[in-house]
Amino acid sequence: MGLLNSLLGWVDERFPLTSTWKQHLSEYYAPKNFNFWYFFGALSLLVLVIQIVSGIFLTMHYKPDAEQAFASVEYIMRDVSWGWLIRYIHSTGASMFFLVVYLHMFRALLYGSYRKPRELLWIVGMLIYMCLMAEAFFGYLLPWGQMSYWGAQVIVNLFAAVPFVGPDLAIWIRGDYVVSDATLNRFFAFHVIAVPLALLGLVAAHLVALHEVGSNNPDGIEIKKKKDPKTGIPLDGIPFHPYYTVKDMFGVTVFLAVFTAIVFFAPEMGGYFLEHNNFVPADPLKTPAHIAPVWYFTPFYSILRAVPPMFGSQFPGVLAMGASVIIMFLLPWLDRSPVKSIRYRGAVYKSALTLFVVVFILLGYLGTEPTNVWGQFGPWLGNADRATVVARIGTVVYFLFFVLMPWYTRIDRTSPEPERVTS
Amino acid sequence: MRVVLLVACLLLPAIASAAGGEVKLDRANVDLRDAVSIQRGAQVFVNHCLGCHSASYMRYNKLLDLGLTEQQVEDNLIFTGAKIGDTMTIAMREEDGKAWFGVAPPDLSVIARSRGADWLYTYLRGFYRDESVATGWNNVVFPNAAMPHVLWQLQGVQRLHTAAAGDHGEAHNKLVLETPGTMSEQAYNGTIRDLVNYLEYMAEPASVKREQLGIIVLMFLGLMAALTWLLKREFWKDVH
Amino acid sequence: MADNKDRPGDVQPGQGAAEAGADSIDKGKRRTLIAWTGAAGAVAGIGVAAPFVMSMFPSARARAAGAPVEIDLGKLEPGMMITEEWRGKPVWILRRTDGMIERVPETDKLVADPDSRQPMQPDYARNELRSIKPDYLVLVGICTHLGCSPSPKLEVGEASGLGAGWSGGFFCPCHGSKFDLAGRVYKGAPAPSNLEVPPHTYLSDTRLLVGEDSKRS
Repeated sequence: MGLLNSLLGWVDERFPLTSTWKQHLSEYYAPKNFNFWYFFGALSLLVLVIQIVSGIFLTMHYKPDAEQAFASVEYIMRDVSWGWLIRYIHSTGASMFFLVVYLHMFRALLYGSYRKPRELLWIVGMLIYMCLMAEAFFGYLLPWGQMSYWGAQVIVNLFAAVPFVGPDLAIWIRGDYVVSDATLNRFFAFHVIAVPLALLGLVAAHLVALHEVGSNNPDGIEIKKKKDPKTGIPLDGIPFHPYYTVKDMFGVTVFLAVFTAIVFFAPEMGGYFLEHNNFVPADPLKTPAHIAPVWYFTPFYSILRAVPPMFGSQFPGVLAMGASVIIMFLLPWLDRSPVKSIRYRGAVYKSALTLFVVVFILLGYLGTEPTNVWGQFGPWLGNADRATVVARIGTVVYFLFFVLMPWYTRIDRTSPEPERVTS
Repeated sequence: MRVVLLVACLLLPAIASAAGGEVKLDRANVDLRDAVSIQRGAQVFVNHCLGCHSASYMRYNKLLDLGLTEQQVEDNLIFTGAKIGDTMTIAMREEDGKAWFGVAPPDLSVIARSRGADWLYTYLRGFYRDESVATGWNNVVFPNAAMPHVLWQLQGVQRLHTAAAGDHGEAHNKLVLETPGTMSEQAYNGTIRDLVNYLEYMAEPASVKREQLGIIVLMFLGLMAALTWLLKREFWKDVH
Repeated sequence: MADNKDRPGDVQPGQGAAEAGADSIDKGKRRTLIAWTGAAGAVAGIGVAAPFVMSMFPSARARAAGAPVEIDLGKLEPGMMITEEWRGKPVWILRRTDGMIERVPETDKLVADPDSRQPMQPDYARNELRSIKPDYLVLVGICTHLGCSPSPKLEVGEASGLGAGWSGGFFCPCHGSKFDLAGRVYKGAPAPSNLEVPPHTYLSDTRLLVGEDSKRS
């Protein structure tokens, strides 16, 4: 043990190893009242690691060539020892990443984790979210199935809707006149190297920003306001290590149980995680009857579809879809409530948040289906598709949640926040 | 917060309504643990399908997992002179297939994952005589398919009888066997079920092993969950 | 607990539970739990790592491409040599004449490893003639120096271009290594060992299987 200690001493003289350990783990004081919603940050980090490791091993066998890509995925599934397991880990991990991140973001909505002084933390998190969407979009082209090909074709064509520069922009993105081998190769470079590097940098920044101001908590109060006069340690704080390392071990285990249940028993998830049509090789001459993005994009896709063409262009729909994501950046400044946590907010905010969640899930479901899924109204509403009308109402509600927030968070009847954390 | 989730969950059944207007599919009842059925299906596949359809991601020696020996595979399932380690490729080139049939017969390695077992089962039993179509055969789940009824000698010849629209305003079509084949309806259905079982197996040969392994992994994770829960509880006794 | 007052028993950071007056920490129990959880975690770690490590071994496709090759010897006359491919490498089958077989012991003193001590052949080829059947020599045609493919020099004496004393064998043009009619490397050559004898077996008098030791079932 003495040898280990002197070795550690040698390193510490040259590298902030022990001091980093103390600053970010054994002497980083986190609120003691973290609940279920506080697992998802660590779980997001876990899924990132899972995706990188499984991704590296897939890259050993995958061929980013339009002629060979589909076959190379089947080669992994059949001829590579345990290839099927690595593939399913990666495909399940992609969907789980979004599930975990959406729950992680929802925690912020519940407890006001984006409020001052954590606005920058929220912004970095939103940038991570956008990188994640890009990563998923680039990755989905790689299996080169019908959904891969046509999904990419549709989304890249959205850029063609940009006024004036659109068509040239789309050609530049594709590297060709249609989605082709050139597109596949560059999407491979983005998916394997460019975006993962960006993600790693942003996640590091996210953790640094968090540790700079300290974690929020379910009561939404700042634990740093009440410190022990002798030690300077927050009274409601406990060292992250060992308490949250050991609690996260349990959370990770439960998460892995869910994860492996899917990997081993339902990797396709009824066609939502691995779509049936993607087992047909990409055919540029044959468009599938029903193209939909993967489930984690469908709320925004619904909004895109809900906006009718204006001035002969689909661009307003594209703008609306973009706005629906970008508007989340503004949350720290839209929320004018005197309290942070939903525990001390009034019925107005609680109703608004409930409505938002319902609408988000509803829009998400509608995005997976064709617009005629619920039939049509009668001539009294111009024979409009019911689903389209509902999606339009949902889109309005979605935006109103944000746009009206400065007003309803101010008129909301809040209760006083406690001085010390509760459960 | 819990209320939010609860409300969301309660709404889900209300919104999960199906889109109507599709052909009703018969149940194939695949059973991937029935190795003998899959073996029979493999034989049907190499005898009748491999002439036009490749299965170029499926290696012959994978069939050893079904309990067959190399010699059995070579004697009963390889007719092309391929070696046991080769994949089920065919001599027909894609351009030729397209020229002869209008569309190249697709590779069937993963057809069960894109179409589904029930669709394949209904398709292979749903051919009927139709002189208005080039091949002379049409199909109830795949109208104007370019594929003729390869197994008509086994099943016999069916015709589609269109019934007039009933009280509910829907026309019911019915397949009627005009000329019997060498197999009874039950025997033919059994053969097709074997074939679909094989196609389902071929689409993902690792699936049975995957589920067996999953049980062990979940049991182990159950143990890990108990241990980590006890560890967490022990450490958190410090915290009040 | 609705109020927020400090309570007796609250852990002040820096205090253990013992000082706070609550139940003392059962250090033994903690150590045991950590040990069991750690052990289970280590097992889990191996279980997770194993498939990834295994995935790097040759795939079914690589194994199929490297599968044993069957060679027909029906047309091979004494004194002739054919070259076939196995695992991307040239394999020579030389049908030695009686004269060639007699000349092999003559080079015992000229070769570096006359008894084939180095593991360049399967056990059944660890004999004077380095073969199963005396008249068929099976070798991997790659020089053990730096990987060039030697040329056959089967003629005796001056006609071979290697001098009057040459009794037949193989000559590598890259760096001048010489091998005799059993594939054994001459002394003084840059090549460090005899030419490799691949695993092989005879399926019949005229069918040779290269790449496998025993007969297939």
